[in-house]
Amino acid sequence: MRHFDELLEELRNKLLDMSAMVQTAIRESVSSLELSDESRAQSVLQGESDVNRMELDVDQLVTSLLALEQPVAGDLRFITAAGKINNNLERIGDLAVNIAERSESLIQHPHVAVRTDIAKLAEMAEAMVRMALDAFIRKDADDARAVLVSERAINDLRDVIFNDLIQQMKKDPKSVQACVDLMFAARNLERIADHATNIAEAVVFMVDGIDLRHHHVPVDV
Amino acid sequence: MSPNQSQGTSAVKIPVPAKAASAERTDGELEAAVKIAVSDLNFYYGRFHAIKNVSVQIRENRVTAFIGPSGCGKSTLLRILNRMYDLYPGQRAEGGVTLDGEDILGPKSLANLRSKVGMVFQKPTPFPMSIYENIAFGIRLYERPSRSEMDERVRLALTKASLWDEVKDKLSQSAVRLSGGQQQRLCIARALAIGPEVLLLDEPCSALDPVSTAKIEELWYELKRSCTLVVVTHNMQQAARASDYTAFMLDGSLVEFSETSKLFTTPTDPRTEAYITGRFG
Repeated sequence: MRHFDELLEELRNKLLDMSAMVQTAIRESVSSLELSDESRAQSVLQGESDVNRMELDVDQLVTSLLALEQPVAGDLRFITAAGKINNNLERIGDLAVNIAERSESLIQHPHVAVRTDIAKLAEMAEAMVRMALDAFIRKDADDARAVLVSERAINDLRDVIFNDLIQQMKKDPKSVQACVDLMFAARNLERIADHATNIAEAVVFMVDGIDLRHHHVPVDV
Repeated sequence: MSPNQSQGTSAVKIPVPAKAASAERTDGELEAAVKIAVSDLNFYYGRFHAIKNVSVQIRENRVTAFIGPSGCGKSTLLRILNRMYDLYPGQRAEGGVTLDGEDILGPKSLANLRSKVGMVFQKPTPFPMSIYENIAFGIRLYERPSRSEMDERVRLALTKASLWDEVKDKLSQSAVRLSGGQQQRLCIARALAIGPEVLLLDEPCSALDPVSTAKIEELWYELKRSCTLVVVTHNMQQAARASDYTAFMLDGSLVEFSETSKLFTTPTDPRTEAYITGRFG
């Protein structure tokens, strides 16, 4: 294997490691929220620095590959996509931390019963991240396009959750803090899905050389 | 002359360069007119078939780069564009090549063609005479300007080639005492002095250091305002940096031709991808 190909493999492996870390952070933060488990929230907060360090590592590798190897064609698209995926993964990590913090706040209000479908929203956001990263691993542009279709459903469900929470706040003023925490958690999950969409767009560019950003047309799959 | 030559090229459909994904050119410029149209071109060194059915359009006031492995035919194609092969018996071209719509492979004045199509070679080839005379020599082949007019023509050519400031105080000095990069720019100035419409450059920077190379590439940006440039280069980064269109040739055939920004980001042919990413063969 050429040295350049070894470096590309190293970049790919670093992104896979980072993907695993970020997916764990999402899962733990959501579990913490659902199970009121403070230890899971803590593990997400402690893991943030690892994700940040990995982002710097990947950025450095991307920069040096661009500067020293002067890649073109498929190699160039892979490296630029890797840079974008890296930044989006780091932001997903930050959002998981935000959810964990909201979870810790919610644990302070165990007596408030709040009913909403945030577990469903979490499931959808996690699935989008998983699909986008699988598409990256398999270099599958069709699977990446399928991620884009889910964006509207996520936004619709977030609106339903917001309405639920507003109604509950109106009915029970004592639940305001818990509802606000859940609204922020829902907002963070929706933004995680946005970043999954960005990753999927980067995968389509990497595989097909087509830039879907800002004007993509969802494809029925 | 082959039957193809005598038929001219007007009836032959020539593929246009592949466009980028967007409907407009990626650099936002309008599509330039076709300066040179090559259609179904074949070339033979004796019995060796060096160029095989190549069709390509060279756009006016643009830099078009030809890349490909050694022996792929890119320099041969360049030499057809000013009929350099006419100097060698046993070499022949069949097919169509037009300059502004006029056939150039037919029995036309070679001197007229070469006044329109200048050429610069891989190794700088200054004449063993003064810097001034290197420029004036070419002009005198075509016309006899007065001394003051000649002075102005020499100054203009050297200025266009970004060499004037470096040599204006030593015009009577021997050209062979210039550095390699200066000698190459002198050769470009010599070609420019007779006002060519097309400048062919055959690996013009391969013998130069990076600073001289950068000066020559920068020069292309200036020259293409008034001239059409066709460059053969082994340096893919140079093609990527300094050309508007790139053609990839392999075994005498044209594999892919498109806007440079497209060819180096999203080539359509796997052979192009393999070559430009260094995974060829």
